[in-house]
Amino acid sequence: MTMIFGVPLAVFMGQLLLGLINGAFYALLSLGLAVIFGLLKIVNFAHGAMYMLGAFAALLGMRYLGINYWAALLLAPLVVGLFGMLLERIMLRRIAHLDHLYGLLLTFGLALIFEGTLVNFFGVSGARYPTPEALQGGFQTGFMFLPTYRAWVLVAAIVVCFFTWYMIERTRLGAYLRAGTENPALMQAFGVNVPLLITLTYGFGVALAAFAGVLAAPLYPVSPTMGSNLLIVVFAVVVIGGMGSILGAVLTGLGMGLIEGLTKVYYPEAANTVIFLVMILVLLTRPAGLFGKEA
Amino acid sequence: MNQPAESLMEYQDRDGAEMLRVRDLHAFYGESHILHGVDFDVKRGELVTLLGRNGAGRSTTLKAIMNMVGRRTGSIMINGTETLGMPAHRIPRLGIGYCPEERGIFASLDVEENLLLPPTVRSGGMSIDEIYEMFPNLYERRRSQGTRLSGGEQQMLAMARILRTGARLLLLDEITEGLAPVIVQALGQVLVKLKERGMTIVLVEQNFRFAAPLADRHFVMDHGLIVEEISAAELPSKREHLHTLLGV
Repeated sequence: MTMIFGVPLAVFMGQLLLGLINGAFYALLSLGLAVIFGLLKIVNFAHGAMYMLGAFAALLGMRYLGINYWAALLLAPLVVGLFGMLLERIMLRRIAHLDHLYGLLLTFGLALIFEGTLVNFFGVSGARYPTPEALQGGFQTGFMFLPTYRAWVLVAAIVVCFFTWYMIERTRLGAYLRAGTENPALMQAFGVNVPLLITLTYGFGVALAAFAGVLAAPLYPVSPTMGSNLLIVVFAVVVIGGMGSILGAVLTGLGMGLIEGLTKVYYPEAANTVIFLVMILVLLTRPAGLFGKEA
Repeated sequence: MNQPAESLMEYQDRDGAEMLRVRDLHAFYGESHILHGVDFDVKRGELVTLLGRNGAGRSTTLKAIMNMVGRRTGSIMINGTETLGMPAHRIPRLGIGYCPEERGIFASLDVEENLLLPPTVRSGGMSIDEIYEMFPNLYERRRSQGTRLSGGEQQMLAMARILRTGARLLLLDEITEGLAPVIVQALGQVLVKLKERGMTIVLVEQNFRFAAPLADRHFVMDHGLIVEEISAAELPSKREHLHTLLGV
Protein backbone atom coordinates (compact mmCIF):
# COMPACT_ATOMS: atom_id res chain seq x y z
CA MET A 1 0.00 0.00 0.00
CA THR A 2 1.46 3.35 -1.00
CA MET A 3 2.08 5.72 1.88
CA ILE A 4 2.43 9.45 1.80
CA PHE A 5 4.30 10.61 4.89
CA GLY A 6 2.90 7.74 6.86
CA VAL A 7 -0.65 7.91 5.60
CA PRO A 8 -2.20 5.46 3.13
CA LEU A 9 -2.66 6.90 -0.35
CA ALA A 10 -6.38 6.21 -0.38
CA VAL A 11 -6.89 8.12 2.84
CA PHE A 12 -4.70 10.94 1.61
CA MET A 13 -6.51 11.28 -1.70
CA GLY A 14 -9.87 10.92 -0.01
CA GLN A 15 -9.17 13.81 2.31
CA LEU A 16 -7.73 15.84 -0.53
CA LEU A 17 -10.91 15.33 -2.49
CA LEU A 18 -13.04 16.32 0.49
CA GLY A 19 -10.83 19.35 0.86
CA LEU A 20 -11.30 20.25 -2.80
CA ILE A 21 -15.07 19.90 -2.43
CA ASN A 22 -15.05 22.24 0.53
CA GLY A 23 -12.81 24.47 -1.53
CA ALA A 24 -15.38 24.50 -4.30
CA PHE A 25 -17.97 25.82 -1.84
CA TYR A 26 -15.54 28.38 -0.51
CA ALA A 27 -14.83 29.47 -4.07
CA LEU A 28 -18.49 29.85 -5.03
CA LEU A 29 -19.33 31.76 -1.89
CA SER A 30 -16.30 34.02 -1.85
CA LEU A 31 -16.94 34.80 -5.51
CA GLY A 32 -20.43 36.05 -4.71
CA LEU A 33 -19.19 38.00 -1.71
CA ALA A 34 -16.41 39.63 -3.71
CA VAL A 35 -18.72 40.61 -6.57
CA ILE A 36 -21.21 42.16 -4.14
CA PHE A 37 -18.53 43.95 -2.16
CA GLY A 38 -16.90 45.33 -5.31
CA LEU A 39 -19.94 47.18 -6.57
CA LEU A 40 -22.07 47.73 -3.48
CA LYS A 41 -19.25 48.13 -0.97
CA ILE A 42 -21.29 46.03 1.43
CA VAL A 43 -19.92 43.10 3.37
CA ASN A 44 -22.86 40.80 2.81
CA PHE A 45 -23.34 39.09 6.16
CA ALA A 46 -26.51 37.56 4.75
CA HIS A 47 -24.48 35.49 2.31
CA GLY A 48 -24.43 32.35 4.44
CA ALA A 49 -28.17 32.65 4.93
CA MET A 50 -28.64 32.87 1.15
CA TYR A 51 -26.64 29.66 0.77
CA MET A 52 -28.90 28.10 3.37
CA LEU A 53 -32.02 29.44 1.63
CA GLY A 54 -30.85 27.83 -1.58
CA ALA A 55 -30.59 24.48 0.14
CA PHE A 56 -33.96 24.98 1.79
CA ALA A 57 -35.55 26.01 -1.49
CA ALA A 58 -34.38 22.71 -2.93
CA LEU A 59 -35.61 20.79 0.10
CA LEU A 60 -39.01 22.43 0.35
CA GLY A 61 -39.40 22.39 -3.41
CA MET A 62 -38.97 18.66 -3.38
CA ARG A 63 -41.23 18.13 -0.37
CA TYR A 64 -44.17 20.29 -1.39
CA LEU A 65 -43.86 20.94 -5.10
CA GLY A 66 -42.20 17.76 -6.30
CA ILE A 67 -39.33 19.72 -7.82
CA ASN A 68 -36.41 17.44 -8.44
CA TYR A 69 -32.73 18.17 -7.88
CA TRP A 70 -32.00 19.20 -11.44
CA ALA A 71 -34.84 21.70 -11.56
CA ALA A 72 -33.82 22.96 -8.15
CA LEU A 73 -30.32 23.70 -9.44
CA LEU A 74 -31.90 26.25 -11.75
CA LEU A 75 -34.92 27.39 -9.78
CA ALA A 76 -33.44 27.82 -6.32
CA PRO A 77 -30.78 30.33 -7.41
CA LEU A 78 -33.41 32.11 -9.49
CA VAL A 79 -35.82 32.40 -6.59
CA VAL A 80 -33.16 33.40 -4.08
CA GLY A 81 -31.65 35.80 -6.62
CA LEU A 82 -34.99 37.52 -7.13
CA PHE A 83 -35.46 37.64 -3.37
CA GLY A 84 -32.03 39.22 -3.06
CA MET A 85 -32.90 41.84 -5.67
CA LEU A 86 -36.02 42.68 -3.70
CA LEU A 87 -33.98 43.07 -0.52
CA GLU A 88 -31.52 45.33 -2.29
CA ARG A 89 -34.25 47.46 -3.76
CA ILE A 90 -36.29 47.97 -0.61
CA MET A 91 -33.61 47.91 2.07
CA LEU A 92 -29.98 48.01 1.02
CA ARG A 93 -30.50 50.88 -1.39
CA ARG A 94 -31.82 53.07 1.39
CA ILE A 95 -28.62 52.80 3.38
CA ALA A 96 -26.21 52.84 0.46
CA HIS A 97 -25.22 56.45 1.10
CA LEU A 98 -24.42 55.79 4.77
CA ASP A 99 -21.27 54.42 6.35
CA HIS A 100 -20.66 50.88 5.11
CA LEU A 101 -20.97 49.62 8.63
CA TYR A 102 -24.74 49.93 8.30
CA GLY A 103 -24.76 47.55 5.34
CA LEU A 104 -22.89 45.05 7.44
CA LEU A 105 -25.32 45.43 10.32
CA LEU A 106 -28.39 45.26 8.13
CA THR A 107 -27.31 42.11 6.32
CA PHE A 108 -26.26 40.57 9.61
CA GLY A 109 -29.71 41.30 11.00
CA LEU A 110 -31.35 39.84 7.93
CA ALA A 111 -29.31 36.66 8.32
CA LEU A 112 -30.47 36.30 11.91
CA ILE A 113 -34.07 36.88 10.87
CA PHE A 114 -33.95 34.27 8.12
CA GLU A 115 -32.24 31.72 10.30
CA GLY A 116 -34.51 32.38 13.24
CA THR A 117 -37.64 32.10 11.15
CA LEU A 118 -36.58 28.78 9.71
CA VAL A 119 -35.50 27.45 13.10
CA ASN A 120 -38.97 28.31 14.30
CA PHE A 121 -40.58 26.17 11.61
CA PHE A 122 -38.04 23.42 11.12
CA GLY A 123 -35.88 23.23 14.23
CA VAL A 124 -32.12 23.16 14.20
CA SER A 125 -31.46 19.57 13.33
CA GLY A 126 -30.82 19.08 9.68
CA ALA A 127 -33.11 17.41 7.17
CA ARG A 128 -31.96 14.84 4.68
CA TYR A 129 -31.93 15.64 1.00
CA PRO A 130 -31.52 12.59 -1.21
CA THR A 131 -28.71 12.34 -3.73
CA PRO A 132 -30.22 12.32 -7.22
CA GLU A 133 -30.28 8.87 -8.78
CA ALA A 134 -28.06 9.71 -11.70
CA LEU A 135 -25.29 10.81 -9.37
CA GLN A 136 -25.41 8.01 -6.85
CA GLY A 137 -22.63 5.55 -6.31
CA GLY A 138 -19.13 6.10 -7.44
CA PHE A 139 -16.18 4.56 -9.22
CA GLN A 140 -12.84 3.09 -8.38
CA THR A 141 -9.96 5.17 -9.65
CA GLY A 142 -7.23 2.74 -8.63
CA PHE A 143 -6.06 4.56 -5.54
CA MET A 144 -9.39 5.55 -4.08
CA PHE A 145 -13.17 5.31 -4.38
CA LEU A 146 -14.55 8.47 -5.95
CA PRO A 147 -18.22 9.19 -5.15
CA THR A 148 -19.96 10.39 -8.30
CA TYR A 149 -21.86 13.13 -6.52
CA ARG A 150 -18.72 14.68 -5.09
CA ALA A 151 -17.06 14.64 -8.49
CA TRP A 152 -20.17 16.35 -9.86
CA VAL A 153 -20.03 19.06 -7.20
CA LEU A 154 -16.45 19.85 -8.10
CA VAL A 155 -17.18 19.98 -11.82
CA ALA A 156 -20.36 22.03 -11.42
CA ALA A 157 -18.69 24.54 -9.13
CA ILE A 158 -15.72 25.00 -11.44
CA VAL A 159 -17.97 25.40 -14.47
CA VAL A 160 -20.10 28.03 -12.73
CA CYS A 161 -17.00 29.87 -11.52
CA PHE A 162 -15.68 29.84 -15.05
CA PHE A 163 -18.92 31.24 -16.45
CA THR A 164 -18.90 33.95 -13.82
CA TRP A 165 -15.32 34.83 -14.66
CA TYR A 166 -16.18 34.91 -18.35
CA MET A 167 -19.20 37.10 -17.80
CA ILE A 168 -17.27 39.58 -15.70
CA GLU A 169 -14.05 39.71 -17.69
CA ARG A 170 -15.22 39.21 -21.26
CA THR A 171 -18.68 40.67 -21.68
CA ARG A 172 -20.03 44.20 -21.93
CA LEU A 173 -22.13 43.74 -18.81
CA GLY A 174 -19.05 42.59 -16.96
CA ALA A 175 -17.18 45.68 -18.17
CA TYR A 176 -20.02 47.82 -16.77
CA LEU A 177 -19.64 45.96 -13.46
CA ARG A 178 -15.87 46.40 -13.33
CA ALA A 179 -16.05 50.06 -14.30
CA GLY A 180 -19.00 50.64 -11.98
CA THR A 181 -16.92 49.24 -9.15
CA GLU A 182 -14.30 51.89 -9.82
CA ASN A 183 -16.43 54.93 -10.57
CA PRO A 184 -20.21 54.55 -10.41
CA ALA A 185 -20.86 58.28 -10.77
CA LEU A 186 -19.03 58.43 -14.08
CA MET A 187 -20.86 55.35 -15.34
CA GLN A 188 -24.12 57.17 -14.72
CA ALA A 189 -22.70 60.13 -16.64
CA PHE A 190 -22.29 57.76 -19.57
CA GLY A 191 -25.90 56.69 -19.36
CA VAL A 192 -25.51 53.32 -17.64
CA ASN A 193 -28.33 52.55 -15.24
CA VAL A 194 -26.11 52.01 -12.24
CA PRO A 195 -28.91 51.51 -9.67
CA LEU A 196 -30.26 48.66 -11.80
CA LEU A 197 -26.76 47.24 -12.18
CA ILE A 198 -26.37 47.26 -8.41
CA THR A 199 -29.66 45.43 -7.90
CA LEU A 200 -28.77 42.81 -10.50
CA THR A 201 -25.31 42.36 -9.02
CA TYR A 202 -26.65 41.69 -5.55
CA GLY A 203 -29.17 39.25 -7.00
CA PHE A 204 -26.45 37.46 -8.94
CA GLY A 205 -24.10 37.27 -5.96
CA VAL A 206 -26.71 35.67 -3.72
CA ALA A 207 -27.85 33.41 -6.56
CA LEU A 208 -24.31 32.01 -6.62
CA ALA A 209 -24.62 31.32 -2.90
CA ALA A 210 -27.98 29.63 -3.40
CA PHE A 211 -26.50 27.47 -6.16
CA ALA A 212 -23.83 26.36 -3.73
CA GLY A 213 -26.62 25.60 -1.28
CA VAL A 214 -28.37 23.28 -3.70
CA LEU A 215 -25.08 21.52 -4.42
CA ALA A 216 -24.59 21.11 -0.69
CA ALA A 217 -28.06 19.73 0.07
CA PRO A 218 -27.32 16.07 -0.69
CA LEU A 219 -23.96 16.30 1.13
CA TYR A 220 -24.73 17.96 4.42
CA PRO A 221 -27.83 18.10 6.62
CA VAL A 222 -30.05 20.92 5.46
CA SER A 223 -30.41 23.03 8.59
CA PRO A 224 -31.09 26.74 9.17
CA THR A 225 -27.65 27.22 10.69
CA MET A 226 -25.69 25.55 7.88
CA GLY A 227 -24.76 28.89 6.41
CA SER A 228 -23.50 30.76 9.44
CA ASN A 229 -20.78 28.21 10.22
CA LEU A 230 -19.62 28.32 6.63
CA LEU A 231 -19.70 32.09 6.35
CA ILE A 232 -17.01 32.70 8.94
CA VAL A 233 -14.60 30.54 6.99
CA VAL A 234 -15.62 32.19 3.72
CA PHE A 235 -14.83 35.63 5.15
CA ALA A 236 -11.38 34.37 6.05
CA VAL A 237 -10.98 33.04 2.51
CA VAL A 238 -11.97 36.41 1.08
CA VAL A 239 -9.48 38.20 3.31
CA ILE A 240 -6.76 35.80 2.17
CA GLY A 241 -7.57 36.09 -1.50
CA GLY A 242 -8.32 39.77 -1.53
CA MET A 243 -11.21 41.46 -3.28
CA GLY A 244 -9.20 42.18 -6.37
CA SER A 245 -9.83 39.41 -8.81
CA ILE A 246 -12.37 36.77 -9.74
CA LEU A 247 -9.69 34.26 -10.48
CA GLY A 248 -8.09 35.06 -7.15
CA ALA A 249 -11.28 34.33 -5.24
CA VAL A 250 -11.69 30.97 -6.97
CA LEU A 251 -8.08 29.89 -6.60
CA THR A 252 -7.98 30.95 -2.97
CA GLY A 253 -11.20 29.10 -2.22
CA LEU A 254 -9.96 25.89 -3.78
CA GLY A 255 -6.52 26.33 -2.28
CA MET A 256 -7.82 26.86 1.24
CA GLY A 257 -10.03 23.81 0.88
CA LEU A 258 -6.97 21.79 -0.10
CA ILE A 259 -4.95 23.12 2.83
CA GLU A 260 -7.79 22.27 5.17
CA GLY A 261 -7.95 18.76 3.72
CA LEU A 262 -4.22 18.24 4.04
CA THR A 263 -4.28 19.46 7.62
CA LYS A 264 -7.01 16.99 8.40
CA VAL A 265 -4.78 14.14 7.22
CA TYR A 266 -1.74 14.98 9.29
CA TYR A 267 -2.96 17.10 12.17
CA PRO A 268 -6.75 16.92 12.38
CA GLU A 269 -6.94 19.03 15.52
CA ALA A 270 -5.86 22.07 13.54
CA ALA A 271 -8.14 21.51 10.56
CA ASN A 272 -10.77 23.96 11.78
CA THR A 273 -8.31 26.71 12.51
CA VAL A 274 -5.68 26.43 9.79
CA ILE A 275 -7.51 28.79 7.44
CA PHE A 276 -7.62 31.46 10.12
CA LEU A 277 -3.90 30.99 10.72
CA VAL A 278 -3.30 31.58 7.03
CA MET A 279 -5.54 34.63 7.23
CA ILE A 280 -3.48 36.12 10.05
CA LEU A 281 -0.29 35.43 8.13
CA VAL A 282 -1.65 37.14 5.02
CA LEU A 283 -2.91 40.14 7.00
CA LEU A 284 0.53 40.59 8.49
CA THR A 285 2.48 40.26 5.27
CA ARG A 286 0.14 41.22 2.42
CA PRO A 287 -2.93 42.93 3.85
CA ALA A 288 -4.59 43.49 0.48
CA GLY A 289 -4.77 39.74 0.05
CA LEU A 290 -2.82 37.35 -2.15
CA PHE A 291 -4.58 38.53 -5.29
CA GLY A 292 -5.82 41.81 -3.98
CA LYS A 293 -5.12 45.17 -5.55
CA GLU A 294 -3.64 47.77 -3.26
CA ALA A 295 -6.30 50.45 -2.89
CA MET B 1 -36.77 59.69 -25.46
CA ASN B 2 -36.04 57.52 -28.49
CA GLN B 3 -38.44 59.07 -30.98
CA PRO B 4 -37.02 58.67 -34.46
CA ALA B 5 -38.64 61.88 -35.69
CA GLU B 6 -36.91 63.89 -33.02
CA SER B 7 -33.50 62.43 -33.88
CA LEU B 8 -34.03 63.21 -37.54
CA MET B 9 -34.92 66.81 -36.80
CA GLU B 10 -31.71 67.25 -34.87
CA TYR B 11 -29.63 66.57 -37.88
CA GLN B 12 -31.37 69.05 -40.06
CA ASP B 13 -29.70 72.40 -40.02
CA ARG B 14 -31.39 74.27 -37.25
CA ASP B 15 -28.76 76.88 -36.61
CA GLY B 16 -29.62 79.09 -33.74
CA ALA B 17 -31.79 76.49 -32.05
CA GLU B 18 -31.06 76.19 -28.37
CA MET B 19 -29.15 73.09 -27.43
CA LEU B 20 -28.70 73.92 -23.76
CA ARG B 21 -30.63 76.41 -21.69
CA VAL B 22 -29.84 76.92 -18.03
CA ARG B 23 -32.07 79.20 -15.96
CA ASP B 24 -31.68 80.18 -12.33
CA LEU B 25 -29.67 77.10 -11.49
CA HIS B 26 -28.86 76.68 -7.82
CA ALA B 27 -26.78 73.70 -6.78
CA PHE B 28 -25.72 72.34 -3.41
CA TYR B 29 -23.11 69.88 -2.19
CA GLY B 30 -24.82 68.82 1.02
CA GLU B 31 -25.27 72.05 2.90
CA SER B 32 -22.88 74.11 0.74
CA HIS B 33 -24.65 76.42 -1.67
CA ILE B 34 -22.31 76.47 -4.67
CA LEU B 35 -24.33 77.82 -7.61
CA HIS B 36 -26.45 80.87 -6.94
CA GLY B 37 -28.67 81.15 -9.97
CA VAL B 38 -26.67 80.39 -13.11
CA ASP B 39 -28.23 81.63 -16.35
CA PHE B 40 -26.87 80.90 -19.78
CA ASP B 41 -27.70 79.23 -23.04
CA VAL B 42 -25.78 77.54 -25.80
CA LYS B 43 -26.99 77.34 -29.37
CA ARG B 44 -26.56 74.33 -31.57
CA GLY B 45 -23.12 74.22 -33.14
CA GLU B 46 -21.65 76.79 -30.78
CA LEU B 47 -18.52 76.39 -28.73
CA VAL B 48 -18.72 78.37 -25.49
CA THR B 49 -16.34 78.61 -22.61
CA LEU B 50 -16.94 78.89 -18.88
CA LEU B 51 -14.12 80.99 -17.52
CA GLY B 52 -13.37 82.15 -14.03
CA ARG B 53 -11.10 81.73 -11.08
CA ASN B 54 -10.79 78.48 -9.18
CA GLY B 55 -13.84 77.93 -7.02
CA ALA B 56 -16.08 80.10 -9.21
CA GLY B 57 -18.34 77.13 -9.88
CA ARG B 58 -17.42 76.22 -13.44
CA SER B 59 -16.91 72.50 -12.93
CA THR B 60 -19.88 72.44 -10.61
CA THR B 61 -22.04 73.88 -13.37
CA LEU B 62 -21.13 71.02 -15.69
CA LYS B 63 -21.68 68.50 -12.92
CA ALA B 64 -25.02 70.08 -12.08
CA ILE B 65 -26.12 69.69 -15.71
CA MET B 66 -25.23 65.99 -15.43
CA ASN B 67 -27.00 65.65 -12.06
CA MET B 68 -23.79 64.70 -10.31
CA VAL B 69 -24.12 67.17 -7.44
CA GLY B 70 -26.54 67.31 -4.53
CA ARG B 71 -29.80 69.20 -4.57
CA ARG B 72 -30.53 71.45 -7.54
CA THR B 73 -33.26 73.98 -8.29
CA GLY B 74 -34.00 75.95 -11.42
CA SER B 75 -34.26 74.76 -14.98
CA ILE B 76 -31.92 72.87 -17.27
CA MET B 77 -33.33 72.34 -20.72
CA ILE B 78 -31.47 70.19 -23.18
CA ASN B 79 -32.79 70.30 -26.70
CA GLY B 80 -36.13 71.43 -25.40
CA THR B 81 -36.41 68.75 -22.72
CA GLU B 82 -36.45 69.72 -19.04
CA THR B 83 -33.87 67.57 -17.27
CA LEU B 84 -33.92 68.85 -13.70
CA GLY B 85 -36.10 66.01 -12.42
CA MET B 86 -34.37 63.28 -14.41
CA PRO B 87 -32.34 60.48 -12.83
CA ALA B 88 -28.66 60.87 -13.62
CA HIS B 89 -28.37 57.95 -16.00
CA ARG B 90 -31.14 59.26 -18.27
CA ILE B 91 -29.48 62.58 -19.00
CA PRO B 92 -26.61 61.33 -21.21
CA ARG B 93 -29.15 59.53 -23.35
CA LEU B 94 -30.33 62.90 -24.57
CA GLY B 95 -27.09 63.04 -26.52
CA ILE B 96 -24.64 64.46 -24.03
CA GLY B 97 -21.02 63.49 -23.56
CA TYR B 98 -19.24 64.49 -20.36
CA CYS B 99 -15.48 64.58 -19.95
CA PRO B 100 -14.62 65.04 -16.25
CA GLU B 101 -11.65 66.96 -14.93
CA GLU B 102 -10.08 63.78 -13.53
CA ARG B 103 -10.54 62.09 -16.93
CA GLY B 104 -11.97 59.01 -15.24
CA ILE B 105 -10.09 56.34 -17.16
CA PHE B 106 -10.88 52.94 -15.70
CA ALA B 107 -7.88 51.04 -14.42
CA SER B 108 -9.58 47.65 -14.58
CA LEU B 109 -10.20 47.99 -18.33
CA ASP B 110 -7.76 48.21 -21.22
CA VAL B 111 -7.77 51.13 -23.65
CA GLU B 112 -10.13 49.54 -26.16
CA GLU B 113 -12.54 48.45 -23.42
CA ASN B 114 -12.45 52.00 -22.03
CA LEU B 115 -13.18 53.28 -25.51
CA LEU B 116 -16.10 50.94 -26.09
CA LEU B 117 -17.55 51.27 -22.62
CA PRO B 118 -19.96 54.24 -22.77
CA PRO B 119 -23.17 53.13 -24.44
CA THR B 120 -24.26 54.72 -27.69
CA VAL B 121 -26.67 57.56 -27.04
CA ARG B 122 -27.27 58.74 -30.59
CA SER B 123 -26.71 57.32 -34.04
CA GLY B 124 -24.03 59.03 -36.05
CA GLY B 125 -21.27 58.63 -33.50
CA MET B 126 -17.76 58.13 -34.75
CA SER B 127 -16.94 54.54 -35.58
CA ILE B 128 -14.05 52.94 -33.79
CA ASP B 129 -12.01 53.08 -36.99
CA GLU B 130 -12.64 56.80 -37.34
CA ILE B 131 -11.57 57.26 -33.76
CA TYR B 132 -8.36 55.34 -34.23
CA GLU B 133 -7.72 57.51 -37.31
CA MET B 134 -8.16 60.67 -35.28
CA PHE B 135 -6.13 59.32 -32.37
CA PRO B 136 -3.56 56.91 -33.81
CA ASN B 137 -1.62 56.50 -30.59
CA LEU B 138 -4.74 55.09 -28.95
CA TYR B 139 -4.70 52.32 -31.55
CA GLU B 140 -1.11 51.49 -30.72
CA ARG B 141 -1.86 51.30 -27.00
CA ARG B 142 -5.29 49.69 -27.32
CA ARG B 143 -4.44 46.62 -25.23
CA SER B 144 -2.66 48.56 -22.51
CA GLN B 145 -4.32 48.97 -19.17
CA GLY B 146 -6.20 52.26 -19.26
CA THR B 147 -4.27 53.99 -16.51
CA ARG B 148 -0.88 53.04 -17.95
CA LEU B 149 -1.25 55.76 -20.56
CA SER B 150 0.41 59.15 -20.27
CA GLY B 151 -1.67 62.13 -19.19
CA GLY B 152 -2.08 63.33 -22.75
CA GLU B 153 -3.08 59.90 -24.00
CA GLN B 154 -5.59 59.50 -21.19
CA GLN B 155 -7.13 62.85 -22.12
CA MET B 156 -7.38 61.73 -25.74
CA LEU B 157 -9.03 58.52 -24.57
CA ALA B 158 -11.47 60.39 -22.34
CA MET B 159 -12.54 62.50 -25.30
CA ALA B 160 -12.49 59.68 -27.84
CA ARG B 161 -14.86 57.51 -25.86
CA ILE B 162 -17.62 60.11 -25.74
CA LEU B 163 -17.19 60.77 -29.44
CA ARG B 164 -18.02 57.15 -30.09
CA THR B 165 -21.36 57.46 -28.35
CA GLY B 166 -22.77 59.89 -30.86
CA ALA B 167 -23.14 62.66 -28.29
CA ARG B 168 -23.94 66.02 -29.89
CA LEU B 169 -23.48 68.18 -26.81
CA LEU B 170 -20.05 67.88 -25.23
CA LEU B 171 -19.26 69.12 -21.73
CA LEU B 172 -15.48 69.24 -21.37
CA ASP B 173 -13.88 70.01 -18.02
CA GLU B 174 -10.28 71.28 -18.07
CA ILE B 175 -9.09 69.08 -20.88
CA THR B 176 -5.71 70.79 -21.24
CA GLU B 177 -4.79 70.66 -17.57
CA GLY B 178 -1.28 69.41 -16.97
CA LEU B 179 -0.59 68.58 -20.59
CA ALA B 180 2.42 69.43 -22.75
CA PRO B 181 1.96 72.27 -25.28
CA VAL B 182 2.17 69.95 -28.27
CA ILE B 183 -0.69 67.82 -26.87
CA VAL B 184 -2.68 70.95 -26.10
CA GLN B 185 -2.27 72.01 -29.71
CA ALA B 186 -3.45 68.59 -30.91
CA LEU B 187 -6.51 68.86 -28.67
CA GLY B 188 -7.25 72.26 -30.15
CA GLN B 189 -7.26 70.73 -33.61
CA VAL B 190 -9.60 68.00 -32.40
CA LEU B 191 -12.02 70.61 -31.13
CA VAL B 192 -11.91 72.45 -34.44
CA LYS B 193 -12.78 69.23 -36.27
CA LEU B 194 -15.61 68.51 -33.84
CA LYS B 195 -17.02 71.98 -34.32
CA GLU B 196 -16.91 71.43 -38.08
CA ARG B 197 -18.98 68.31 -37.55
CA GLY B 198 -21.65 70.39 -35.88
CA MET B 199 -21.06 69.44 -32.25
CA THR B 200 -22.11 71.81 -29.53
CA ILE B 201 -19.35 72.23 -26.96
CA VAL B 202 -19.16 73.74 -23.50
CA LEU B 203 -15.58 74.14 -22.41
CA VAL B 204 -14.47 74.78 -18.85
CA GLU B 205 -10.97 76.00 -19.34
CA GLN B 206 -8.28 77.65 -17.23
CA ASN B 207 -5.99 78.09 -20.22
CA PHE B 208 -7.45 81.17 -21.85
CA ARG B 209 -4.98 81.24 -24.72
CA PHE B 210 -6.21 77.79 -25.69
CA ALA B 211 -9.91 78.64 -25.43
CA ALA B 212 -9.93 82.11 -27.01
CA PRO B 213 -9.52 81.22 -30.70
CA LEU B 214 -12.01 78.34 -30.47
CA ALA B 215 -15.01 79.88 -28.76
CA ASP B 216 -17.99 81.75 -30.15
CA ARG B 217 -18.85 83.16 -26.73
CA HIS B 218 -17.22 83.31 -23.31
CA PHE B 219 -19.07 83.23 -20.00
CA VAL B 220 -17.24 84.46 -16.96
CA MET B 221 -18.24 82.98 -13.63
CA ASP B 222 -17.68 84.27 -10.15
CA HIS B 223 -19.03 82.94 -6.86
CA GLY B 224 -21.50 80.62 -8.53
CA LEU B 225 -22.96 83.13 -10.97
CA ILE B 226 -22.37 84.14 -14.56
CA VAL B 227 -21.17 87.71 -14.31
CA GLU B 228 -20.20 88.48 -17.88
CA GLU B 229 -20.81 87.30 -21.42
CA ILE B 230 -18.28 88.18 -24.11
CA SER B 231 -18.68 87.23 -27.74
CA ALA B 232 -15.71 86.35 -29.95
CA ALA B 233 -16.15 89.62 -31.82
CA GLU B 234 -16.02 91.66 -28.61
CA LEU B 235 -13.00 89.83 -27.30
CA PRO B 236 -10.19 92.05 -28.68
CA SER B 237 -11.70 95.17 -27.16
CA LYS B 238 -12.55 93.49 -23.85
CA ARG B 239 -9.30 91.65 -23.32
CA GLU B 240 -7.99 93.86 -20.55
CA HIS B 241 -11.31 93.76 -18.73
CA LEU B 242 -11.35 89.99 -19.02
CA HIS B 243 -7.87 89.65 -17.58
CA THR B 244 -8.93 91.69 -14.60
CA LEU B 245 -11.98 89.48 -14.06
CA LEU B 246 -9.88 86.34 -14.24
CA GLY B 247 -7.19 87.71 -12.00
CA VAL B 248 -4.58 86.85 -14.61
